[in-house]
Amino acid sequence: MLKIENLHASVEDKAILRGINLEVKPGEVHAIMGPNGSGKSTLSSVIAGKEEYDVTEGSIIFNDEDIEDLAAEERAHKGIFLSFQYPVEIPGVSVTNFMKTAINETRKAQGLEEMPAKDMLKLIREKSELLEIDRKFLSRSLNEGFSGGEKKRNEIFQMAMLEPKLAILDETDSGLDIDALRIVANGVNKLKNKDNAVVVITHYQRLLDYIVPDFVHVLYNGRIVKSGGKELAHELEEKGYDWIKEEVNA
Amino acid sequence: MDLKDKLVSSFLAFENRVDVDTYVHDVRSDAIKIFEEKGFPTKKEEAWKYTSLNSVLKQDYSLFPQKESSIEYGDVKKYFIHDIDSYKIVFIDGKYSSYLSQTTHDGIDVCLMSAAISKPKYRLVIENYFNKAATKDSLSSLNTAFSSEGAYIHIPKNKLVEKPIQIIHFSTGSEAATMLQPRNLIVVDENSHVQIIERHQSLTNNPVLTNSVTEIFTNKRAIVDYYKIQNDSENASLIDNTFVKQKRESHASVHTFSFGGKLIRNNLNFFQNGERIDSTLKGVTIIGNKQHVDHNTLVHHIEPNCESHQDYKGIFDDSSTGVFNGKVVVEKEAQKTNAFQANNNILISDKATINTKPQLEIFADDVKCSHGCTIGQLDESAMFYMRSRGIPEKEAKGLLMYAFSNNVLSSVKIPEVKQRITKLIATKLGVNIGFDL
Ligand SMILES: Nc1ncnc2c1ncn2[C@@H]1O[C@H](COP(=O)(O)OP(=O)(O)OP(=O)(O)O)[C@@H](O)[C@H]1O
Ligand SMILES: [Mg+2]
Repeated sequence: MLKIENLHASVEDKAILRGINLEVKPGEVHAIMGPNGSGKSTLSSVIAGKEEYDVTEGSIIFNDEDIEDLAAEERAHKGIFLSFQYPVEIPGVSVTNFMKTAINETRKAQGLEEMPAKDMLKLIREKSELLEIDRKFLSRSLNEGFSGGEKKRNEIFQMAMLEPKLAILDETDSGLDIDALRIVANGVNKLKNKDNAVVVITHYQRLLDYIVPDFVHVLYNGRIVKSGGKELAHELEEKGYDWIKEEVNA
Repeated sequence: MDLKDKLVSSFLAFENRVDVDTYVHDVRSDAIKIFEEKGFPTKKEEAWKYTSLNSVLKQDYSLFPQKESSIEYGDVKKYFIHDIDSYKIVFIDGKYSSYLSQTTHDGIDVCLMSAAISKPKYRLVIENYFNKAATKDSLSSLNTAFSSEGAYIHIPKNKLVEKPIQIIHFSTGSEAATMLQPRNLIVVDENSHVQIIERHQSLTNNPVLTNSVTEIFTNKRAIVDYYKIQNDSENASLIDNTFVKQKRESHASVHTFSFGGKLIRNNLNFFQNGERIDSTLKGVTIIGNKQHVDHNTLVHHIEPNCESHQDYKGIFDDSSTGVFNGKVVVEKEAQKTNAFQANNNILISDKATINTKPQLEIFADDVKCSHGCTIGQLDESAMFYMRSRGIPEKEAKGLLMYAFSNNVLSSVKIPEVKQRITKLIATKLGVNIGFDL
């Protein structure tokens, strides 16, 4: 589904990603961990098509198509979804209207008719129940004045609405209380099937108890320096990153 | 011959054609002298620093279009707010069009200035109000000198006028270039309430220059809501001089929506003569190409316990230019004044400019005055966020800008007007906003 080869990316001539290789197959869950500033959010932004970053080398192949020249919205239309580490506030646009627009634009791009209002309402009801989101919440301006946890839960609500093929969850667990973490993880698991894939970026093993990864990667200094199974996350939780840094620097 | 000379030299002939034997005659004669002395404003004047009339004045305007042009309602229906029952005062090339209009004398007067200044039964109102709010600046004086036609609205006390009044000025382009000088007088007596929608619309691309003066008087506890829709064709320019004189406990609001036209200068002046007056001035400007829109506002707080609210939003694309010059004067006696002013702008293109300048002159010490102006670009992180959810760049931009201007729309009280403005904004931004945000 996703194949990243030797990806180098920089911002204002400062290299941040320096040769990433990563392959994600349908049905898989990958976890990416790594110290602060190692490039995890940059990698997710580059996959989602943020123009600020220059891809200087390498390629991103999504479902056999090189997506380098695709705009962010085109990538979204193809099924890539990014749950932001820091969701952006959009004053004056309600959650509901934002979702309506996002869904109908995606349908338009796929050559489909707009979703009938009745179906839209039903979908919104269903997904907000899944994530235990109060209906009143949906008429508020998107993310404006939302608490940290509310923003994250809302990100997963949007994911549930859009049903992407590849979801990248950038620190979706941070800011969530224990109950919310369970609800959100449960939501992600319900949406998971053999045809889609999830990449979770996290600092904590805790989330991975709920969303169990098939692979765990450590990103350090713009490279994936170690990959393993879910036990790698336990090892990191126990020992921190120093041993990996030593291995790399040796 | 330049435009000024042409105007001055045509004055006598003009006055001879209209009724000389009236109160207005003397007012006109004084006014032409003021204009002759002052001439058109130039950029040397502080208030005109950022707006040059040069390109507009160099046309050879026909001052008194002679041809009678008629237009079919079907062709211009779209310029009306046609989905509501309303009174209409419609002019074609400066002349009253009875078949497009719907006036009344039934308990209220919704009719013509030409009738009001010539018929004895209006004499008292004319003497009490005509030219009593307009300032003696050169452009207002020029309008006064040639004032002969426009809307005349008099609402006696205790009337709630249910139907809004639409004042529409069409120009047909029957002359190569046309100058129009409509003159409106609106007097709303005690406890009465009226809503007015005004529009200037050129039907061709021939140059049009409109120098309009509107005087609005709100007497005790009267309420006036005024909506200006400025979405004219690309060679039409407008100098709108509006003067609102308020008595105690009255509420007046003017919303100005500027989307079209070549050059627009709005001189909007509020004078508060009494306590507990409320004045609202709001506007949304969305322009591009080489368009120019200048909002020059004045709120004069004279007595205690009054409020004023100014909120102007501007979105500027291409090489368009905007000006906001908001002056608030709070006299020494005007204690407990609450004056709020905001002007927020988004520049979409590197070549667009906005000059924004608040001017507060506060002589009272117990007042609450706030003002703020911002100039920004579209929020890039918001753009990426929206696009990453599948909303294309253009729609994302439109949505952000629509949301930006939305709070000005929230105070529009006529739903059909709000809807129309929403549509105009969506069209202007090139997006399909299928819902009310
Ligand atoms: N737009 C930018 N301009 C300048 N530097 C940037 C930019 N984006 C990222 N960086 C830098 O790139 C490096 C990687 O940042 P990134 O946000 O990808 O790290 P991260 O792994 O997500 O960290 P964290 O765990 O703290 O979220 C950091 O040093 C950061 O300062
Ligand atoms: Mg990060």
